[in-house]
Amino acid sequence: MRSCRDITALVSKGLDKKLSLGERLAIGLHVMMCSRCRNFQSQTRFIRRAAKGYIANLHHDPDKKTEI
Amino acid sequence: MLLSAEVNTSDQLSEALLAEHRPVLFRFALLQLRDNELADDAVQETLLAAWQSSANFAGKAGLRTWLIGILKHKIADHWRRSTRDIVTSDFDQIDSDESDADVDEFFMSNGHWNGGPTTWNDPEAAFKQQEFWAIYETCQNNLPPKMAKVFMLRELVGLEAEEVCRETGLSDANYWVTMHRARLRLRECLEIRWFNQSNIKKENRHA
Repeated sequence: MRSCRDITALVSKGLDKKLSLGERLAIGLHVMMCSRCRNFQSQTRFIRRAAKGYIANLHHDPDKKTEI
Repeated sequence: MLLSAEVNTSDQLSEALLAEHRPVLFRFALLQLRDNELADDAVQETLLAAWQSSANFAGKAGLRTWLIGILKHKIADHWRRSTRDIVTSDFDQIDSDESDADVDEFFMSNGHWNGGPTTWNDPEAAFKQQEFWAIYETCQNNLPPKMAKVFMLRELVGLEAEEVCRETGLSDANYWVTMHRARLRLRECLEIRWFNQSNIKKENRHA
């Protein structure tokens, strides 16, 4: 079985490109048994939403000229 | 207004095609100029310049890269004109890279977590709190400069991974490593400074 270091690297990669079936399977099996990697998975998705929210907050001007 | 000018655009670059890239260009400019109006002006000028010189553009594949190139000139022009000190980090000045050792802070030699992610209770609730955004910003600013740049180009500006590599000169392999580290660091920082803190507060309230 792959280590948590390898699995989190794959999880991170999966946020930026489509993984192979084998890779997705490896993640799926691992996070079934490993709560910390499961947390990492959901928390990195959370961080992505936070980043979007952060940049959106940077330009909350009243006459919204540009949409995010 | 902007590009609805008199001249006939029979060329390859239509107004609509350029406008598709507007949100990404705007976020790119906003991150560096930190001002909505300035960013909007820079994007406006960029699109206008692009449209006027669309004959110089070859190949649709790199349209966004080409536009970002123009935008960077507009932003540089702004800083030259501006009497203000440059406080904002200039993306192009950043070239330092930190040591390779830092993933090992997070994992033990056998690849298992050293500490590792605890469960966060209702993370979305944080978005409604102003203090959370200050913490988020601190954590983001605490990333090493080059890592922060890569992370922001990807997650804040919204460039694709290949585009980030082109902008930063990172290899494919280095990109994945850098993003992995950035996410590990940000995650840990948010956990320590926000999620564990609010757990402590809640526990105190129950006690």
